[in-house]
Amino acid sequence: MSRESLLELQHVSKRYVMGEATLDALKDVNLTIYRNEYVAFIGPSGSGKTTLMNIVGCLDKPSSGSYILNDTPVADLDDNALARIRNREIGFIFQNFNLLGRADALRNVMQPLIYRGIPLSERKHMATETLQNVGLGDRLHHLPNQLSGGQRQRVAIARALVGKPSILLADEPTGNLDSSTGRDVMAMFDNLHKNGHTIIIVTHDQNIANHCRRVVRLMDGQVLSDTDNVAKVGNQEAMRRV
Amino acid sequence: MYNFLESLRSAFQSVRAHALRSFLTMLGIVIGVMAVIAVVSLIQGFSKSVTSEFNGLGTNSLTIQSYLPRKDRLAGKIAKVTTDDLLNIQHAVTGISGLSPILPVGRFFIPVKYRNQTTNSQVLGSTPDYAVNNGTYPEKGRFIVPFDDLQHRHVAVIGVTLITKLHLPEDPLGQYIQISGQWFKIVGVLHPKGQILGFDQDNQVIIPYGTAHSLLGAAVVPDIAIQLKVNDTKQMDAVVGRISQILRRNHHLKSGQDDDFKVQTPSQLLGNFTSVMNAITYILGGIVAISLLVGGIGIMNIMLVSVTERTREIGIYKSLGARRSDIMLQFLIEAVILALIGGIIGLLLGYGIGMLVAYLVPAFRDSFVPWWAIVLAFGFSGGVGVIFGITPAAKAAALDPIEALRYE
Repeated sequence: MSRESLLELQHVSKRYVMGEATLDALKDVNLTIYRNEYVAFIGPSGSGKTTLMNIVGCLDKPSSGSYILNDTPVADLDDNALARIRNREIGFIFQNFNLLGRADALRNVMQPLIYRGIPLSERKHMATETLQNVGLGDRLHHLPNQLSGGQRQRVAIARALVGKPSILLADEPTGNLDSSTGRDVMAMFDNLHKNGHTIIIVTHDQNIANHCRRVVRLMDGQVLSDTDNVAKVGNQEAMRRV
Repeated sequence: MYNFLESLRSAFQSVRAHALRSFLTMLGIVIGVMAVIAVVSLIQGFSKSVTSEFNGLGTNSLTIQSYLPRKDRLAGKIAKVTTDDLLNIQHAVTGISGLSPILPVGRFFIPVKYRNQTTNSQVLGSTPDYAVNNGTYPEKGRFIVPFDDLQHRHVAVIGVTLITKLHLPEDPLGQYIQISGQWFKIVGVLHPKGQILGFDQDNQVIIPYGTAHSLLGAAVVPDIAIQLKVNDTKQMDAVVGRISQILRRNHHLKSGQDDDFKVQTPSQLLGNFTSVMNAITYILGGIVAISLLVGGIGIMNIMLVSVTERTREIGIYKSLGARRSDIMLQFLIEAVILALIGGIIGLLLGYGIGMLVAYLVPAFRDSFVPWWAIVLAFGFSGGVGVIFGITPAAKAAALDPIEALRYE
């Protein structure tokens, strides 16, 4: 099976300088992720998984090394070019949902499309459709504080999906949810993966990582292991059926 | 463009979300614009009514009065324009008409009596041409005629105010009033002119010049004012020059000495008035500029607070792909909207106050808000919004997305 690489990190390092002290958050990370992969970045806090996600998500730039996303080298782009890539290629999903508190579900989902210059009527149409797809067709005009945690995270997923990005980047997506709602959200990610989306989940939770087909384990800014998880997932599904 | 509209919507939403805070923020602008609009409308109205008064005098009329600088007056010098001056001008200057003397009886107001009623009134001695020169015509009866003047007849033409003040009959013609101990028969009532600067122009008695002169005593050489019309306005300067020449010779002024009289045209009088009005306008303009500055600082302050409060929101926008310019635009528009709403409220309040004062005070009855004041008010408040909105907007745009998203 020939696989198309979506993003490629080569010798990526990230160093933070805080006065006298320097912190090497990432040290010489090499990583290639292919289309329609379902990857977990797992590691304890301070392992560098969040820094890696920020770099993959174009919120941050590596101190050294190269990063090629969709055949575009992005390591040296300026702020505006990075903003454009975030808008078109990346869909973020955060632990605390990060919804706009004063905007209803529909407006939250429409927001990224504004920066793409899409007219209001089309924006509305796209956002409504996406919200219907995540099962919130009847909650279009609810404000975030009128929605449950699971519903909020689904709004956030719809917002990440609406621009048809290349990658969904989820940072501890179930961290603020109770376990049954967390399972629903993970089922949704599983489904999105089946429908062809590329998904990266950042977590410290092995149970979440178990949903993914590939687990990248980080420790002290380095990749500790990079394992295929298919057999395990297969086992779990078999177990569940039993 | 879509982002602009969206920023506009978001700005209105944010202003509405903090209605009280927004109102307090824009209060400085509201007061500044309100002050400028109210004052401009009143000054405009006042100028207009005064200008129309001056225009009533005609653009071709001249007034000659004695004049000494204050320090000369304090030094005891006396300057007079006299009947001799009048006669000389009459004989030596061509191209003029309506030459008439004005002789005030008493310095300002003197008592006028009718039966047991007394009131203080301005009493002027003049000739028939006074009516033409000042646009003062009788409503009832007649004005002074040449015969009255020649015969020093004791007749008077009165302003309407005296009818009420002295409890004169509704038709006062033929009644007698007492001025300086002498009886005058009322032969005419002047058409009402109303008030100017709180000065009642209808509290006036006009008697024949010769009569006024004899009231003061024949031995006194009175200081008079002379009014005249120049037939051809192009000759205005030449006539003024000729009159000055005659008066300097009559008053024995040497070549180095200053004039002890003034020859004024209505446009000069209007010019004096206009320069006073302009000075008032500039001073008020300065006050308004300070208040707009204070208003602008208020807006900047609140916008800076708002940027800090909404750090996380800005982080979300950035993670969704907002560029620096998108964030900048959004906050700048919010500042401008605040300032402009303040401007609109100020405009309406200022207009209201102007109209109210105009309604209550007759001198301001012609008040109106000129279009340039509206443009200026909007331009200034919009400008204040932009100038004082840039710093907070730039601060918002420069936020690091990761830091912003982490902000609690």
